[in-house]
Amino acid sequence: MYETLEQIHAFISQPWPWWMGGITIGTTLFLLLYFGKDFGLSANLRTMCAADGAGDYADFFDFNWEKQGWNLMVALGAMFGGYIAANYFGGDGMAHVSQATVDTLNSIAGENLLTVSTVPLIPGKDIINQDVPAFWNLYSWGSLFTIRGLIIIVGGGFLIGFGARYAGGCTSGHAISGLADLQVPSLVAVIGFFAGGLIMTWLILPYILQIGF
Amino acid sequence: MKLFKFMVVGFMFGFGMWKLEAISTFRIIEMFHFQSFHMYGIIMTGVAIGIIITQLFKKGKVKTVEGITHQFNDKSHEWWRYILGGTIFGMGWALTGVCSGMMFVLMGSGYTVFAVFIGSAMLGTFAYGYFRKVLPH
Repeated sequence: MYETLEQIHAFISQPWPWWMGGITIGTTLFLLLYFGKDFGLSANLRTMCAADGAGDYADFFDFNWEKQGWNLMVALGAMFGGYIAANYFGGDGMAHVSQATVDTLNSIAGENLLTVSTVPLIPGKDIINQDVPAFWNLYSWGSLFTIRGLIIIVGGGFLIGFGARYAGGCTSGHAISGLADLQVPSLVAVIGFFAGGLIMTWLILPYILQIGF
Repeated sequence: MKLFKFMVVGFMFGFGMWKLEAISTFRIIEMFHFQSFHMYGIIMTGVAIGIIITQLFKKGKVKTVEGITHQFNDKSHEWWRYILGGTIFGMGWALTGVCSGMMFVLMGSGYTVFAVFIGSAMLGTFAYGYFRKVLPH
């Protein structure tokens, strides 16, 4: 019995192949539609603003936000999912990226800090990965008090919150729900996601990462 | 209890996204450099299965738990908002390697600095709501 459980644990803990994405996303979408809701996580940011009284400043937040409690529960559940996955099914805690990506990352850093088996899942020190090179330690409280970390954590968060509501949805609302419903506006938004992403990745991000290094 | 089922759905989603490494900044950098099929595979299989599911619900072959046909809202044809908002979101996505669902997953997994990230995203959402009337849609 115990051996079987251990085998199940080891099976789940290994890195999942890409096609599991279809199963995970499909199950999520199916259940939410079955419960009569729409899949879209960035809507929570609007709800959280409204619950904090933003309706006094802009009528965009003056809506019946109490009815959005279900979506906050999805976000809360996602937090628990991350907690359990990271702490109990984390495996080696590495991102299994390609050799080409490792080369790209090393050329941005200017030195060979990473190898194909030592790319941490998250660029930041945590319980599993303590030996993250300083250059790739972006998501930690120490990083927040550097110019580079401030731009990425505060600036990046702002762009995501602003852009998601401006576009009327994020990766889950447009790229999944919208494309699955064959909505042309969602396709335009996803093209926008990739245009912005390519501009940032190729033209801006390498310079931001090098601030202070 | 009525809301608990949504937590279970979120749990499965967050757990899956973690194991698929979709929460990894390095996977996003890899995607925008076109160096692996992994992220495209996740999105493409998700959309493919999503299309089937959406059609089943739209045609009423599958009813909601309340026994009615789910109503889908068509997105408005305000093109500027999708182009400009989409580009801004994409820049934030690539800058951080994190999108608006993944920040909750990362926060929960122990990267507590994401509390600041989520706070900043709320500020961004507030800024949009505040300046909405002067922005081109």
